[in-house]
Amino acid sequence: MLHLTTGRVGCLLSKQAVVALTGSGARMSSHGHHEVSDSVDMSQPMYWDRLDTPLPDRPWKDVLDSTDKSLKQKEKGPWTALSKEEKIALYRLKFNHTYPEMKRPSHEWKTVIGGMFIFFGITGLVVFWQGHYVYPPQPPTFDEEWQAKQLQRMLDMRTNPIEGLSSQWDYKNKQWK
Amino acid sequence: MFRAVVRLSTSGVRSLARIRPCYSAPLASRCCSHAKVETDEEFDARWVTYFSKPDIDAWELKEGMNTLIGYDLVPEPKILDSALRACRRLNDLASAIRILEAVKDKSGPHKDIYPYLIQELQPTLIELGISTPEDLGMDKL
Repeated sequence: MLHLTTGRVGCLLSKQAVVALTGSGARMSSHGHHEVSDSVDMSQPMYWDRLDTPLPDRPWKDVLDSTDKSLKQKEKGPWTALSKEEKIALYRLKFNHTYPEMKRPSHEWKTVIGGMFIFFGITGLVVFWQGHYVYPPQPPTFDEEWQAKQLQRMLDMRTNPIEGLSSQWDYKNKQWK
Repeated sequence: MFRAVVRLSTSGVRSLARIRPCYSAPLASRCCSHAKVETDEEFDARWVTYFSKPDIDAWELKEGMNTLIGYDLVPEPKILDSALRACRRLNDLASAIRILEAVKDKSGPHKDIYPYLIQELQPTLIELGISTPEDLGMDKL
């Protein structure tokens, strides 16, 4: 049971790692040269999708095929001549995610809460096992009979008689007030 | 500049309070540093001039826009108009649409700022042929 749940968490985490990497631009959709390693070449202009920095250093797609190039040529003319699809295509050439796509909610919180509960559970099991196998036997002072005699002794010696324990005991009727 | 909300015209849109810092006069008051404080009009004029440069290049547009979006304010329509025209000179429709998305995001919870900006920019948008993200269906997921 335990290894299944950790496997699920691991799978989710690796999926998020992949998403994060592609989002950061490590493997671009049509980047010119091939990267041997997974890390980003920081000496080149980077692409990013950031709410607070709308225009990145380079366009999303910088290797254009012939249809893209002809569309870019058309962009040099009046934009009133462009259809909606062409305008969307031009946007998608330059940018990866739109602002609503950048702000889309993720399901990460479920992973976080789930992981939290898993670790609580594991800790609970450890604590239970510890209580059973590690702790020494309970001292006799915890027994019911002992506790009763202890309480009787405290009342007999009038512990805290003004505001505390003995003040709550009705000595005449031998019961709590 | 330190204004929180853009000033609205009286053309039917409810006016939002303009929160000015105590040192809005060019002469510094006692409570602050002795630096000369720029008025909102000077700020706007400076940015309009920046984007109005006839031979503005893509780097300058990008740098200017990113800086402007970094400020704690929503730019005035005239600044955005200047920026959109700069996009036109650079043959960059995508950036023009991106700028509109960015200012909508800058407005945050104040949902009436963006429609006001679009209303003020309408003549420019029609003239240059810039579609808003809403027109292109890009404001939804």
